Amino acid sequence: MGILEGKKLLVTGVLMDSSIAFHVAKIAQEEGAEVVLTSFGRTMKITQTIAKRLPSTPEVLELDVSDQGHLDSLAERLGQQVDRLDGVLHSIGFAPPGAFNFLEGTWEDVSTALHVSAYSLKSLAAAALPVMGHGGSIVGLTFDAQFAWPVYDWMGVAKAAFESTNRYLARDLGPKGIRCNLVSAGPIRTTAAKSIPGFEQFEQTWHDRAPLGWDIRDAVPAARACAALLSDWFPATTGEIVHVDGGVHAMGQ
Amino acid sequence: MAQSEQEILEGLAEIVNEETGLDTDQVELDKSFTDDLDIDSLSMMTIVVNAEEKFGVRIPDDEVKNLKTVRDAVNFISNAQG
Repeated sequence: MGILEGKKLLVTGVLMDSSIAFHVAKIAQEEGAEVVLTSFGRTMKITQTIAKRLPSTPEVLELDVSDQGHLDSLAERLGQQVDRLDGVLHSIGFAPPGAFNFLEGTWEDVSTALHVSAYSLKSLAAAALPVMGHGGSIVGLTFDAQFAWPVYDWMGVAKAAFESTNRYLARDLGPKGIRCNLVSAGPIRTTAAKSIPGFEQFEQTWHDRAPLGWDIRDAVPAARACAALLSDWFPATTGEIVHVDGGVHAMGQ
Repeated sequence: MAQSEQEILEGLAEIVNEETGLDTDQVELDKSFTDDLDIDSLSMMTIVVNAEEKFGVRIPDDEVKNLKTVRDAVNFISNAQG
């Protein structure tokens, strides 16, 4: 029996089959879960095509986390697919190109980054809450926001807000039996990563600094950690950040 | 099963038509996806994943930037089919 046997999960952020979320959905299905995906706008068609590459083709619901109408109707639309929800994967982030220049980034750029990349964790959790009546697990993906990184700039600030949002969600959803945790993954060469100008600066140093080594093409380690946190195997863990980065976060030099 | 270049071109033109609404006969070998057919990066991703399904090949993300013309895509698919 798989560790997610009988679980019903909402997985956001599947774009290409290189997406971390794609691997979470794949592992979740292999471990016995029923999965529903979300996508939005013009990426819907890509997600629907990529969804066919999963062991079992899931439904794809439209969800733009900056569209209140989409959020308001999510529970009802989910209810047409599953009788309850046991877990949610938040794999959503966006910053306009201007946000990747710290001193020049405008509030318009930064506010968009914060809205889509940080506040959306609360929005998504609140939208899914009506169908999560019996406890469950919310898992998100971060990139270690304790440090200033090359090129990440206001997206790094948004990730710091995201990590804080996770702690407050853990506080407020704990009494409902819902755990909220993040996986802090090392750099992985996804479509989202390639849209970050200068992303290769991470790639060059990460493998050398990681005591376990690091493969930027392998999303599976991060995806497995997400699957584990979505399972019943972390029953007393919430507000946590699990590093899946080859050990870089623990090293000095 | 390997297809002829003409078959690949016709199949690709159907995918481009479905994504962009361009007439299939506008999708000619020497046309540039961006400059001539005005296809943006998101549409190109859609075309690539649909081409992978239709032709039974994998087009790695790193390869997509090299597919500047329709001919580049047809040649890549043809070679990938062996």
